[in-house]
Amino acid sequence: MRKSTLILAIAPLIFMLGACNSESDKTRDPTNTASNTEAPVARNTLNTVNNIKKRGKLICGVSGELPGFSFLGTDGKYSGIDVDICRAIAVVLFDNPDAVEFRNLNAKERFTVLQTGEIDILSRNTTWILSRDASISLDFAPVIFYDGQGIMIRKNSGIKSLEDLKGKGICVQTGTTNEQNLADQMRKLNVSYKPVVFEDVNITFATYSEGRCDAITADRSALVSRRTTLPKPEDNVILDELLSSEPLAPAVKQGDSQWTDLVTWVVYTLIKAEELGINSQNLAKFSTNTDPNIKRFLGTEGNLGEGLGLSNDFAAKIIKNVGNYGEIYDRNLGKNSQLNLARNQNRLWTQGGLLYSPPFR
Amino acid sequence: MTHSKPPLWRDHRFWQIIVQLAAVICAILIVVILGLNLNRNLQQLGIKFGFNFLQQEASFDIGETILSYQPTDTYTRALLVGLINSLRVAIAGIFLTTIVGITAGIARLSDNWLVRNISLVYVEIFRNTPLLLQLFFWYFAVFLSLPNVEHKASVLGLIKFSQNGIELLGLNFSPEFSTLLLGLTFYTASFIAEIVRGGIQSVAKGQWEAGRSLGLKPSLIMRLVVLPQALRVIVPPLTSQYLNLAKNSSLAIAIGYPDIYFVASTTFNQTGKAVEVMLLIMLTYLTFSLIISFLMNLLNHTVQIQEK
Repeated sequence: MRKSTLILAIAPLIFMLGACNSESDKTRDPTNTASNTEAPVARNTLNTVNNIKKRGKLICGVSGELPGFSFLGTDGKYSGIDVDICRAIAVVLFDNPDAVEFRNLNAKERFTVLQTGEIDILSRNTTWILSRDASISLDFAPVIFYDGQGIMIRKNSGIKSLEDLKGKGICVQTGTTNEQNLADQMRKLNVSYKPVVFEDVNITFATYSEGRCDAITADRSALVSRRTTLPKPEDNVILDELLSSEPLAPAVKQGDSQWTDLVTWVVYTLIKAEELGINSQNLAKFSTNTDPNIKRFLGTEGNLGEGLGLSNDFAAKIIKNVGNYGEIYDRNLGKNSQLNLARNQNRLWTQGGLLYSPPFR
Repeated sequence: MTHSKPPLWRDHRFWQIIVQLAAVICAILIVVILGLNLNRNLQQLGIKFGFNFLQQEASFDIGETILSYQPTDTYTRALLVGLINSLRVAIAGIFLTTIVGITAGIARLSDNWLVRNISLVYVEIFRNTPLLLQLFFWYFAVFLSLPNVEHKASVLGLIKFSQNGIELLGLNFSPEFSTLLLGLTFYTASFIAEIVRGGIQSVAKGQWEAGRSLGLKPSLIMRLVVLPQALRVIVPPLTSQYLNLAKNSSLAIAIGYPDIYFVASTTFNQTGKAVEVMLLIMLTYLTFSLIISFLMNLLNHTVQIQEK
């Protein structure tokens, strides 16, 4: 009797010791080599493109709750400018704009999810700022939308400027640059106010709409977009004052320059296509064009795609499936959308805007 | 009868010590492995571990502060402001929930049909719906549905209600604070009510009869005879409810009350220091809980029967 209990006690012990040993051996080796050879740059081991190809689809982090940027429609399909960027990348990788899995992320969790590799790309109306680029270890692709932070108020509130908001409640979402810009601006103007801060964008707007806050602040495009979802959109006005500039850009994890290059040049392709006047409707006509710039761009001449690890006609594929920047803008934010935002700064540089693509050669 | 010492491996105590030693070593190894793994991943991501960020300027605003706070203050200061806000709601909540819980628990045993059943309905509704849902209910259906500031409702001029919160004798409570406080109070009190009821019912019937035979009124029997005995049963599970209340206060983030978790998550979003900030939050709530446990153990000690 005693002997058997003894054996019962020893058996798991031996097992445990064995497990410990083998585990510690296994983990010791890679960490040792990591500290010896990989030193600070353990980064070229990332091979995002291969991982995506192996998986068979791109995983793209979006907001999912902002019409015009990324929004899950009643037909179960995502639409918006942020969504189209991911579709354009899926097109060059898989020849299929639907080879994308979208993940809805809130403002707070987005960077952690990207850092840990849960998503391949963050295309979620994210403002490009230095600290995110440097301290949070992200790499930004070119700006796809130049925005600015605005303030929305109720028409009958009598508020005309930021100074009128003294002592008033202002709704704002946490984890955004908006939160900090608001604090900066009000500090500059020496106006004390009551921030009412929420994690969830829906709750933020619902609280404003219930009357708890006298104003709400967000990127202007977001205000225009969310205003359409308020009970009485016409009762709310967006002040002309701008609190900041908000260049919105897709972001990827720092350290895989092949992947960063690919995302960067997909965005430039959209801009260049508009500059060259190529869109999804007239693409076929351009196949016989003799301009060497256009031939190189569309891949009928030269080997621009190779350097990026893509086929040479990647630009033609993008235009065919997703369209050029102008088409994407008009469809989601501009004249063919509910929001009807003027293009302003988001015009091509040739038309007085800020969009500019380096040469394709 | 010469008793030679048995060999070491036949000694029961020897094996007990070995097993415990092995368990400790295993636990330490697991922690070390996890630590190394974390370190390696952070290195790969190019993130440096450290708490220096706490001295940086926070640059975000906090709506409710008891300590003075400016966006130019450090993250440490911001976190401290959040901590005070958490403590404020937790302490007030524990106080109120005790009162509401004991009242509802005693009411459950009332001879009055209406009182008994009102208490029953209250307990069943609040105990069986999620707290987060209740918070949204309090926030949107109760506090934000109050009249706006220009048309405040007032009770005898003492309490004034509006969308901007409750004004009580010159003190102003924001709707976010009030929501969290009342949400936590009524949710936790519904559990406490059941604990109190169970505690009272555990006191032998003879105690009531003895009290009555001494000519005491029912309210006096409850206060002097039954409740002190019931406390022995009530206090240990009450501790867990207090701990729940303190930890549930982290749901503040859903309704925009700037507690420690709220401030910490803004900090982590701005600095990208996920691991450090999570460690800080865990440490904070652990400290909270251990203090509550310690105090409740002292209380428990005084209500137990003292063996003479």
